Amino acid sequence: MSTVSAPERASGRRRVRSARAKSEARLGMMLAAPAFLIMLFVVLYPIVQAVWDSLFSFRLTAPADKEFVGLKNYGTILTDPVFWSDLGVTLLITVVTVAVELVLGFLLALVMHHAIKSTKGLVRTMILVPYGIITVVSAFAWFYMFSIDSGYMNSWLSWLPGVDANLNWFAQGSTALFVIMLSEIWKTTPFISLLLLSGLAQVPGDLTEAAAVDGATRWQRLTRVILPNMKAAIMVAVLFRAMDAFRIFDAIFIMTNGAYGTEALSLLAYRTSIGRLEIGLGSAVSVILFLCVALMAFIAVKGFKVDLADRGGNQ
Amino acid sequence: MSTVATPDKSGNAPDTSAHGRTEAGRSAAPPARKKSGTGRITLGWWVLTVLIGIWCLFPVFSILATSFKTPSDLSNGRLLPTSWSTVNYEEIFVGGSRELFLTALRNSVGISVIATVVAVVLATLCAYAIARLDFPGKRLVLTVSLMVSMFPVISLVTPLFNVWRTIGLYDTWLGLIIPYLSLTLPISIWTLAAFFKQIPWELDQAAQVDGATPLQAFRKVIVPLAAPGVFTTAIIAFFIAWNDFVYGISLTSTETARPVPAALAFFTGASQFESPTGAISAAAIIVTIPIVLLVLFFQKQIVAGLTNGAVKG
Repeated sequence: MSTVSAPERASGRRRVRSARAKSEARLGMMLAAPAFLIMLFVVLYPIVQAVWDSLFSFRLTAPADKEFVGLKNYGTILTDPVFWSDLGVTLLITVVTVAVELVLGFLLALVMHHAIKSTKGLVRTMILVPYGIITVVSAFAWFYMFSIDSGYMNSWLSWLPGVDANLNWFAQGSTALFVIMLSEIWKTTPFISLLLLSGLAQVPGDLTEAAAVDGATRWQRLTRVILPNMKAAIMVAVLFRAMDAFRIFDAIFIMTNGAYGTEALSLLAYRTSIGRLEIGLGSAVSVILFLCVALMAFIAVKGFKVDLADRGGNQ
Repeated sequence: MSTVATPDKSGNAPDTSAHGRTEAGRSAAPPARKKSGTGRITLGWWVLTVLIGIWCLFPVFSILATSFKTPSDLSNGRLLPTSWSTVNYEEIFVGGSRELFLTALRNSVGISVIATVVAVVLATLCAYAIARLDFPGKRLVLTVSLMVSMFPVISLVTPLFNVWRTIGLYDTWLGLIIPYLSLTLPISIWTLAAFFKQIPWELDQAAQVDGATPLQAFRKVIVPLAAPGVFTTAIIAFFIAWNDFVYGISLTSTETARPVPAALAFFTGASQFESPTGAISAAAIIVTIPIVLLVLFFQKQIVAGLTNGAVKG
């Protein structure tokens, strides 16, 4: 008797399970759909619109003259030296800030990881202040610090060669970019350090201990055990910050508004479309900026095998 | 790894993990030195902490000091005001910049809170599905939200600017809330999905075995367990909405909807020839207060949320 009923029961169970699985799948899609559709709507729709608009000669000041011009806008931009200078500034800011932040962020992560109990909470609280502060506020804080009118850095730093009371930090590209990058680094190092901290926590403790037992120095343990084990976390942190740095806007807008060769691509897009109402040309800049960021992500994922899905996702 | 895991070592393994990871890094210091040098090590940590504190808080203190300077004191070339004055706070709360600042503050609070609440509610449903249910397209949702979170905001601004003007959303609250969702939704989904994966599976299944529908299991079992994660996610999403500048200056033209960060860029002095430095500093301090309070009270949760949603697999 039992030999007969067993398969029957099993198939019955399977039917129940598959019905259950179906209703589970339906519920899953229903729950995920609103968020998913809104994300598509707020991002996919505008970018498709931007691609479309970028093919037209279209100024809001003369909407009747809207005319299909194909890829002419892209040609205009790519042959304009301003674009290449802005791309250079953007790349410079991205490379410098990410490199500095990676080192500073790693040191901060080490401090947070190893700190004694009484200081650990304090350090975490303090680094969250720059993380949470409004970027524009950070930009104003650094701007006023160095400003020739209301600042005090000229008198604080007067012992440095080249710094005196008449130095206007925001009247030439090099010094202005220095302060802009300082403000960016201050504001975003905490984020990178928290990403690295969680990577640090994943390095198996017995590995570093075993290395210590085997007589490895601190430096050897760092470079041979800890860093290789954190590679994935470092790559994700670099990619995220690089893409974030590439779209820098706020600090430059506040401090120089792009003057003296400090303009980044985001500002060019803003100035073209919102400032001059050249929707066609501005859309083309926006699309190029988007393609640059997509290219960075593509290179990171394909070339360096950064697994972004490791980021809390399906595991 | 296999060379390290000698039988002797694996015997000690549970002990190591039980004592936590903080010990692992410091094991460098031999036990003897630990005993004699504890005081010195503690002092070292405090020195380090103070240095980090100066680096993290100095710019905030700097703008705080600026906000208490009188207009004539601004150019004193020093960090601290010669005499502390509240004239700038009077300017933004009762003086000429009152209208500009208080309206912007109301816009900022309203728009950020609504964008946060909508994002967190939708993300909670979505993240529950991702963490607990098996359905086709799960990976797609995660991939798309990741792509959205990395999207250059300025690329969306041009088309939105044009479309919003046509359909009447330009310079309205709704016209900012919708694009703000592109900032708050993706991070909320990732953070919450990571939180939800840590909630014990069995409770949800046990409830379903006891006859609860998946929806009931969600409401009665998961929601109370998930509340802390949801709350933390809300804080992080709020930070991001509160921080926005690009949408704020591009999609508004008047005080109707302009949030504080954008309004700061349009501040003018009490008179045409007076610099708005003091008023901007005071306004900057006011909008930093909620950030500092949230950080002070929820430091642990915010760190957990940021690191959970990040690299942790």
